[in-house]
Amino acid sequence: MPEPNVSAPPEGLTLIHSKAAAFYDHYERKSELQNQTHYCPGCGHGVAHKLLARAIDELGVQDRTVLVSPVGCSVFAYYYFDVGNVQAAHGRAPAVATGIKRARPEAIVISYQGDGDLAAIGTAEILHAANRGEAITVIFINNAIYGMTGGQLAPTTPVGCWSTTSPYGRNIWNEGYPLHVVETLASLEAPVYLERVALGNSKQVMQAAKAIRRGVENQVKGLGFSLIEVLSPCPTIWKETPVEAQRRVREELAQLYPLGVVRDKTKDAPRRPAPSFPPPLTALPELLDIEESETLAPPVPASHDHADWRIKVAGFGGQGVLMLGEVLAEAGLAAGLEVSWLPSYGPEMRSGTSNCHVRLSARPVDSPLVTQPNVLVALNEPSLRKFLPEVAPGGYVLYNGPEPPADCRRPDVRLLAREFVALADRLGDARVGNIVTLGALLEAAGVVEEQFVDRALARLVKQARLLDLDRKALAAGREAVHQEAPHDIP
Amino acid sequence: MAAEKPERGYVTIDDEECKGCGLCVESCVPKLLRLGDALNRSGYHAATYAGRGCTGCGLCFLVCPEPGAIRVYKRLQAA
Ligand SMILES: Cc1ncc(C[n+]2csc(CCOP(=O)(O)OP(=O)(O)O)c2C)c(N)n1
Ligand code: SF4
Ligand code: SF4
Ligand code: SF4
Repeated sequence: MPEPNVSAPPEGLTLIHSKAAAFYDHYERKSELQNQTHYCPGCGHGVAHKLLARAIDELGVQDRTVLVSPVGCSVFAYYYFDVGNVQAAHGRAPAVATGIKRARPEAIVISYQGDGDLAAIGTAEILHAANRGEAITVIFINNAIYGMTGGQLAPTTPVGCWSTTSPYGRNIWNEGYPLHVVETLASLEAPVYLERVALGNSKQVMQAAKAIRRGVENQVKGLGFSLIEVLSPCPTIWKETPVEAQRRVREELAQLYPLGVVRDKTKDAPRRPAPSFPPPLTALPELLDIEESETLAPPVPASHDHADWRIKVAGFGGQGVLMLGEVLAEAGLAAGLEVSWLPSYGPEMRSGTSNCHVRLSARPVDSPLVTQPNVLVALNEPSLRKFLPEVAPGGYVLYNGPEPPADCRRPDVRLLAREFVALADRLGDARVGNIVTLGALLEAAGVVEEQFVDRALARLVKQARLLDLDRKALAAGREAVHQEAPHDIP
Repeated sequence: MAAEKPERGYVTIDDEECKGCGLCVESCVPKLLRLGDALNRSGYHAATYAGRGCTGCGLCFLVCPEPGAIRVYKRLQAA
């Protein structure tokens, strides 16, 4: 690319500083001015980017570096760095970086995060990544505010400072004290290198350059977790000129947040062993307690070619709601269908309500959530009331009760009301009411063949006595469909 | 007329990339940089170099937030 508006240097001089090779030549985010970043004039992100790019150049790791960008002003870091790039959900960069590093231990994985991202919504991720001693490098930009969203208080905002969410200044009784990230992480055993630097003048920037290089180099050497906190100006939200903001970093932030190395175990840190590999596929059946013969999914029978069962099972906790769903999903699996099973229950272990979403489909399941069921199994009245309105027209509804309440009916669904649980009780155990209901569902709607249901039951029910009872319950449920009742399937 | 000493260093500033933040101006010890009078295409007063006296220290490059706005040249010892 021709360079606009720059004069040629005199003879005999050598170019010693120019754009790092780790940056793209031009940035495709905008259609014009493709050599300019999107950062505000004087923003510390730009400087930190340059220091990181230089470290990548100097260490010669551009072709194996993966940068994980955050949510925040630096969300677009991937437009600038010519390395592997992933952009993570807000605060989740350390978790994403963990995955990448473990899958590709030879990669140099860098998590780049702001203080809203790392110290607010992502506190858990950074704490645990550090505590696990993940062999990643974290560049933590502390500008004491949320920049991208227009100036909300960050956990790092100094006491007394204005933000849109602390319009009278940060008050310790409302928002607590400024969070000291490197000191907090230094209370953990695992981190190898923790340092705080600042971008308050050229001397501080020089130290920041060294620290960032060190942080990356530690990873190149195979050491564990390194984090460099960078006190960084945000002139726009601070409502200051770039020069004033730089001064504030130097004179105020660096007083509140002392600069220096807080942890250095680079000499004596134990080397992280190579990650262990997952067991071979052939070992899985034994690990998961699956019989060999079951592992090959049979081809989808022709009768299931268009299968798309969206099933919701609901009732009291303890009625076997989740188990009913599990049997259906296992049976679908045995029949070669795509399946999902999503349990949903309240905090109570027994009483309370629970429900599960089950999908059995000839095609891959897009979402395990069932919002418009074509089968509703309601084992109690509240469940019928709650979910009947959701059922798709023409859908099946199996209700455990003599008949649905008068105000709980729909002419456009196929409703079958029977006292399934009472029937199970007569068989000898009310707990198999769920399986009686399943038998009725299979008889009324088909869904999946008996042989697959039987195989699923055999897999899920280990006790011979119960398995026997469940088989009887299935048969009783099928029979119940054919008894006369006032609210039969039309 | 005394023979001029050869220049030790030199900087160029890409007027299209510069955002006129002025951090380079602050950092230059011999005060050889200033923000220009005209506005560039992005509406900023881009930094300009006085044209003589640069030591090639590289501080302006270090503090500049733009990846490639500044280039620093230096006369290397052996040359
Ligand atoms: C899950 C989620 N919650 C909230 C937001 C809104 N949001 C976007 S950026 C941001 C804060 C960024 O602040 P910081 O990490 O300090 O980065 P800066 O912009 O200052 O560089 C928030 C809250 C979001 N995008 N996603
Ligand atoms: S708002 Fe602040 S952090 Fe965001 S780009 Fe502008 S100066 Fe940088
Ligand atoms: S390299 Fe040093 S002397 Fe030359 S313009 Fe930049 S800051 Fe000034
Ligand atoms: S520091 Fe960079 S962007 Fe700021 S005025 Fe100087 S050359 Fe321009």
